[in-house]
Parts: sequence; structure tokens; C-alpha cells
Amino acid sequence: MQVTSQQFKRKAAEALANPQLRKALGNLRARMVSGRARSLLELENLEQIREAAKSARDFALAHLDHLLERFELNACARGAQVHWAETGDEVNQLVLEIARRNAVRKIIKSKSMLGEETGLNHYLEAAGIEVRETDLGEYIIQEARETPSHIIAPAVHRTAEEVADLFQQKHKLPRKTDIGEMTREARMVLRPHFLTADMGITGANFLVAETGTSMIVTNEGNGRMTTTLPRVHVAIAGIEKVLATLEDVAFILRLLTRSATGQPISNYLTFTTGPKQAGDKDGPDEFHIIIVDAGRTRVLASDLRAALRCIRCGACMNHCPVYQSVGGHAYGWVYPGPIGAVLTPAYVGLDNALDLPNAATLCNQCGVVCPVKIPLPDLMRKLREQQVERGLRPWPERLTLKLWAWAALRPAAYAWITGMLARIGRWAGGSKRLIHKLPGGAAWSRHRDMPAPSGKTFRELYRHRR
Amino acid sequence: MNTRDRILARIRLALDRGSATAQSESAAAVRDRLDNHPRGPSPARDWERVPRFRERCFSLSSTVEGIARLEQVPGAVARYLGENALPLACVCWPEFSRLEWAAAGLQVEARPATGEDAVGISGVFCAIAETGTLMLLSGPDSYATTSLLPETHIAVVPAARIVRSIEDGWDLLRNERGALPRQVTFVSGPSRIADIEMTLVLGIHGPYRVHVIVVGG
Repeated sequence: MQVTSQQFKRKAAEALANPQLRKALGNLRARMVSGRARSLLELENLEQIREAAKSARDFALAHLDHLLERFELNACARGAQVHWAETGDEVNQLVLEIARRNAVRKIIKSKSMLGEETGLNHYLEAAGIEVRETDLGEYIIQEARETPSHIIAPAVHRTAEEVADLFQQKHKLPRKTDIGEMTREARMVLRPHFLTADMGITGANFLVAETGTSMIVTNEGNGRMTTTLPRVHVAIAGIEKVLATLEDVAFILRLLTRSATGQPISNYLTFTTGPKQAGDKDGPDEFHIIIVDAGRTRVLASDLRAALRCIRCGACMNHCPVYQSVGGHAYGWVYPGPIGAVLTPAYVGLDNALDLPNAATLCNQCGVVCPVKIPLPDLMRKLREQQVERGLRPWPERLTLKLWAWAALRPAAYAWITGMLARIGRWAGGSKRLIHKLPGGAAWSRHRDMPAPSGKTFRELYRHRR
Repeated sequence: MNTRDRILARIRLALDRGSATAQSESAAAVRDRLDNHPRGPSPARDWERVPRFRERCFSLSSTVEGIARLEQVPGAVARYLGENALPLACVCWPEFSRLEWAAAGLQVEARPATGEDAVGISGVFCAIAETGTLMLLSGPDSYATTSLLPETHIAVVPAARIVRSIEDGWDLLRNERGALPRQVTFVSGPSRIADIEMTLVLGIHGPYRVHVIVVGG
């Protein structure tokens, strides 16, 4: 996907001025936040489970090489074909080669954020293959020619009215406004595609090293169809998706679905090991798994490694005051919210996503709700430090800091400058002792007044009182 | 070096595995965890298997009924379909082909489901009490389509096959089958979405309703 994170400020401002978006985001806050809180009450040993989940993910990352080798060995022993890709482009090429080799004309897709990273749909469509997103949210945004604004509720930015208009225009059927009827219509429209597709593409929530299994967590049933009905199934997964055992998956799922949607379990957990076996009446003839780096080894080697623990529940964005206000599109790439503010610079380059680590209040709501305890505010702080160290901040900011550093190293000059500022500030504050317009800080003082200084610096007052 | 080896080499570099000792220690830790597959912490289980399973099925918007013997399944199915004004033609897994369907007024064929079939009757490998979940295995006689394509899915669950947790399900699978089949599917109620304005709707691509018949107990 094209990176537009550099336009964060402009897009955030537009988002704030969009009443439809604000209505849609209100739903998210109401449902997801309270749903998560309620469902986690069932786990009286929540902290113990979180700690174990964190350490199971850390184990996976600490032994990533051996676990991936075991995964590959076990998957191949069951007839799966394992491929490796270093970049998003390589993923796209591999998928297209598999499709061409199997004379594929139509592909059904279950949601994959990695597929969004690589721009897989556009690539395949450009090669003349029909690609159908089948997760309802993804289907809506595909038809609207948009990108997902949330990792598990991709169309959360759309109101029902907007979806009704879209369906009427695309399906050429009478407009429906009842959400149940709209859903039924989508089932009717998509069902024939499931039954006629040649190939299915899914992501993977986890890869299980113990058994060579790739697994997905879904609610709609489209994931089951995508992995069962077409004659070829391709799963794409980042290297960090591996877990050691089926037991690890089982106990982490208790946190994943509750943190994501407040469900104690999602409707379908689908564990796939190899293609159709002798005697089976269903299942694909070929099962391919593409294991993808695309920036992950770089993160593994960096001090942002903890971000790779992420199990993609979306709780950090659901709870983020910035995400709740501006939605996902402003972040400008695949992953929005706090995890996006870390992963986007890490994957596409800090200089391509300068605003994201700063687009946070560091309130640590995200850190508190993260089921695998990723210290997201700390990671954002590290990225802010890197911006300064690499000289990536805008020039007025760099100049200001340089001037401050110059003065701070010269106590006499510092005392004189701050003394002047304190006196000017006092004068500017007038009788009410409030500064209405801050020179160089107009945006800040547009909605509030700055209390004027007393006219003396701390050091002057201290000397006076002693 | 090919792509695979380059990625693995970068991982080893990132993990700072300079020495052969570090490499073999990591390999041993992985072997140990995979061989022993230790369980993670689980929530308290101060409940009985069967009542918990039934209660959780309801909370997932499945419906549940209990019968004493397998022979009573056709009668129960006919009653359920009749009460809900659903079609009386069904497809089922072969393990149920010998039941007296016609006597209960049903037309039941033992074959995989197509997009046209309205009711699918399946068994289970086992069921999970903690969450009200059905555990299904793919195989020559356990068609995935039965529980997927029809609008109504009826599952026959022997009470003795209700285990406490997914972890117990894995153990049962290892003991009875050894290896995983092509697909293990955990089904928890009718398919659902909340993609439009976060409003919950039951029934999208998978079944609209799941009816669970618990046999024995």
C-alpha cells in the first residue's frame, strides 16, 4: 500500500471536520471498549494469563529461526508448499506465479493485513485476475475503492447510510437500510463467488511450529470457505506470526478475541495443516504458505522488538484518544493507532512517517490494554528520540533546540535571556496576567490563554528569598 | 544463499547467536517446548461440563436440547425444523445415514452440502464446555460443507464427548488420532458480523442458526 503518513496533520484535521466519521467512530468506542472490559472480567487470573502470553510471544521471537525451521519441516511433511519472501513485491510475484501455474481466473480473499502491506489485490487485478474480498468490512472498502481504517473492523469509518448507498449503486438492487437486510444481500451477492473461485488467499493469525499449521480467527465463515472450497489455497504470514505449540495458541486466544471484540471466543477458529488428504471430500489440492520478512528482521534487530509480539487485536487503537478522534486513514498506511505509530515507521522508514510517533498523548491507555504488554508509549518515545538523533525534525524545531542548548551551556546568558522573557511576558500579560496570543504558538493559544510569568525568573526569586 | 537462508541468517544476526553454544541451546529449548507442549494458565473451572456447555451455547445464540439416545435424533430434528418453519430436506454426515429419518418425516441424504442445501446435520469430534464450542475435524466422512454452506446447522454432540477446554480437545486429538487432520475447525454459534456500525448481525456467509442436540448425559 502507498504510504501517505506524511500527510497525517492534514488528514487528521479533515477527519475531525467530518461528522459522518465521528458518528461511526462513536460506535467503535461504545462497543469495543465496553465489550472488552466486560468479557475480561471472566478471567480472574487475567494478569497471570497476560504475563504468560507475553512470555510465549517472547519465546517465539527469541527462537524465531528454529521455530520457523520446525514449522517449515512439519508443514512440508504434510504436503504444504512453503515459500519465503523478503519483500512485499516478492510476495505479490509468488502469489501471481502460483495463480498462473494453476490457471486461476478468480480469487476469493479472507482478510489479510499483510496483503494490504504488499498491495496484493491491485497487483493481481493488474495481471487480469479477479480478486474478491469476502470479509464484509473488506468487501465494503474494496467496492468503495478505499483502504481499511481499522485492523479488525476495516469499514468502521462508514455509516450504515453510506453502506446502503454503496450497495444500491454496486448491486443494482433496491436500497436497503436495515443492517440485517444489507448483510443478507451481501451474502447473496458473494455466495456465487465462493462457489466458483479457483483460489483462496488468507492471512494467518498464527503459524504453529509444532504441527506446521496455519490458523485464522474469523466470525463470518468466509475464512472457512476460502480455505475449503477453491482448489488452491495460499496463506501469507509474517515471520513473527509463529507460536511454538497448539497449547500456546489455545491460551492466547482467550485474550485475543476478548481484547479484540469482547467475545470469549470468535465464531470460527480454523487450523489448516496441508492440502486435501486421500479420501477427503473437500479441501484444496494445493496449499501454499508464504513466510514474509518485509521489514520484520530489521525490527527484530532493533530496540522496537517488543512490537513484534503484537497479536493484532486492535485494543490499542480502540482505546486511543487520538484514534478515537481521527480514525485510521489519517495514519496513512496499513496499521493505525498506537501499534501503527510504531510499526509504520519501523516498516516503511521513520522519514516516511515522521508525525506518527508524535501523534499520541503518551497517556498509556494502549500500554494498559495490550494483551501482550507491548510498552507502546516507550516505543513511540524511542522513535521520537531517533527523529532527533537523525536530524529528521523540521528546521525551526532543530534551530530552537540548538539555540536552547547554546544558552543552557552558558549560565550567564541563560539568566539574562530568561530574565528578559519573564519581563516581556509580564508586560504582555497586562492587568489580567494572561497572554492571549503566543508569538510562534498561535495554534496553541487559539483556544486557551497562557498565564503570564510573574516578571522574575526562578533564580532571581531564589536569590531574593535566601 | 537463497531467500530462505538470507531471512534465517538475518534472524540469527538479530538474535545475536554468534556462538555454536547459543545456537544449540536455542534448538534445545525449542525441542523441549514442542515435545512437552506445556499448557498456559487457564481461568478457574468451577463448573460442571455439560451444564456449562449448554449455558455457553445459549450465550453464543446457538440453541440446545438434550435427548437420551441417538435413535431419538430424527424426531428431535423434525421437531426443531417444524417449530422454526424450516425446510425438511437435509444433508448429513454418513455416520447418521442409518437413522430412521423418513419415519420422522424428513428427507435426509448423506452427502456433502452444496450451495442449495438448507439444513446440514453433522457430528463433532468433541465439544468444548468452556466456550460452548464444537470441534470438527476434516476427513472423508466429516464434510466441512455440512456445517458451512446451509443456513441451518444441526450438530449432534454425545455428552461424553464434551471436554472442558480447547487444550483438552488437543489432548484428545493427540491420543485418538496422533496427527492433525487437514483442518480442525472450532465452531462457536452461528456466523456473525458487526462490520456495519458495529451492529451485531447473526448469519453472514456461514449458517444463520446452530442447533445443538446433546445425546445422553
